[in-house]
Amino acid sequence: MMQGDRLIGEDDLQAYVDGRLAPDRRDAVEVFLGEHPEEAERIEAHRAQRDMLRALLKTKIEEPIPARLRVAPIVEEARSRHRRRRLQRLRALAAAGAWLIVGSVAGWYGKGLSRPTEATQITEAVQTRPMVVDAFSAYRTFVSEVVHPVEVDAKQEAHLVQWLSKRLGAPLSAPNLTSQGFRLMGGRLLPAGDGPAAMFMYDDDGGTRLTLYVRAGENDDTAFRYKGDGKGVSAFYWRDTGMGYVLTGALDRTRLLAVAEAVYRQLG
Amino acid sequence: MSMDDLSNLIEPHVPALRRYAWSLAGDRDAADDLVQDCLERAISRWPSRHRDGNLRVWLFTILRNLFLSAARQRTRRGPHLPLDALVDGPTVAGGQDDRMRMRDLMAGLDTLPEEQRSVLLLVSIEDLSYEETAKVLGVPIGTVMSRLSRARDRLRVHMESGPAPSERKAPDLRRVK
Repeated sequence: MMQGDRLIGEDDLQAYVDGRLAPDRRDAVEVFLGEHPEEAERIEAHRAQRDMLRALLKTKIEEPIPARLRVAPIVEEARSRHRRRRLQRLRALAAAGAWLIVGSVAGWYGKGLSRPTEATQITEAVQTRPMVVDAFSAYRTFVSEVVHPVEVDAKQEAHLVQWLSKRLGAPLSAPNLTSQGFRLMGGRLLPAGDGPAAMFMYDDDGGTRLTLYVRAGENDDTAFRYKGDGKGVSAFYWRDTGMGYVLTGALDRTRLLAVAEAVYRQLG
Repeated sequence: MSMDDLSNLIEPHVPALRRYAWSLAGDRDAADDLVQDCLERAISRWPSRHRDGNLRVWLFTILRNLFLSAARQRTRRGPHLPLDALVDGPTVAGGQDDRMRMRDLMAGLDTLPEEQRSVLLLVSIEDLSYEETAKVLGVPIGTVMSRLSRARDRLRVHMESGPAPSERKAPDLRRVK
């Protein structure tokens, strides 16, 4: 049966039951039902059934929430679990950092021995990942920028963090790196594959700049990885609870690792 | 995001989650366990949540998936909806006839396969759009519409013919599939 432009379908009838049709379509359905008493009876039964179900289940939503379903304690529990896990990882990380130094010293004196140590495994885990490539490219573009190195200045840090968190759909914070001699300059939003990335920039008294590149949707947690570009710029990167982080700078590895640890400690 | 912000975002959805969980699990404690698991999972996955996603749809999806995976692990279906507690409670107005009809309705709801029951509950009770419902179930909208229609037809038949004699006798119904 043709009513208006389109045939009346079962989807129209169900949407009619739910009161979700546009007025003209609703009128068309009513005309149709007027001409088809059996369908009208069926649809009326559906409507009555819907009303009854709603009345019956209405009381369920008015019940007070039991204490164990309060969200705040569950969040607190999740955070303390997260903190415990981070602490364990940080200890593992500290151990890896020690190996890195031992490894490079041993590597220096023991050239040619090529014994695989944990340190060489870490330094050789230089898989080129899009996240790192993007971070390097952002670093190169903006670190040399004189006039507009950042989009939002550190003076508006609260606004910057709120804005970037909103765009990434994840709670961010700009780590405080003054203990490492670096001050926040500001940050910007960047394109990154199917979503945005955030970048924070820091500098020290000597004008050395660092970038912390952050993006969401990096689901496989990884430990710290190290990558150098062969021209003096290097990065530590890791993934943690859905977020990917790349700390990039023209610093030596030990120094960069110390900053990376400071960042890691403050996030989350 | 502070803890308060997260609580303020999620907590308003708890009553609806409880109601949906109760309609699925059929038992208050089981339902609240399900909601608690759902909240824990939602909070632990919060950082990797799809940006700009619909929070309500996301929460319902988590809850349903938890229910389904628990249901798959059960060898036997759990207890049916506690009709007496709901229908005979002081909160339902109306006379004996109304209560009988409501009891029939709940028993009928209980006979629906989960995929139809979920569609009916999410659309009719929780007021999710057809598109949102399709997202929760991970099916096309057309499938949502046909499940909705089948669920309502089936409930109507149940209401008009009344519960099967075996159901009528047994106060401790089990879901029939």
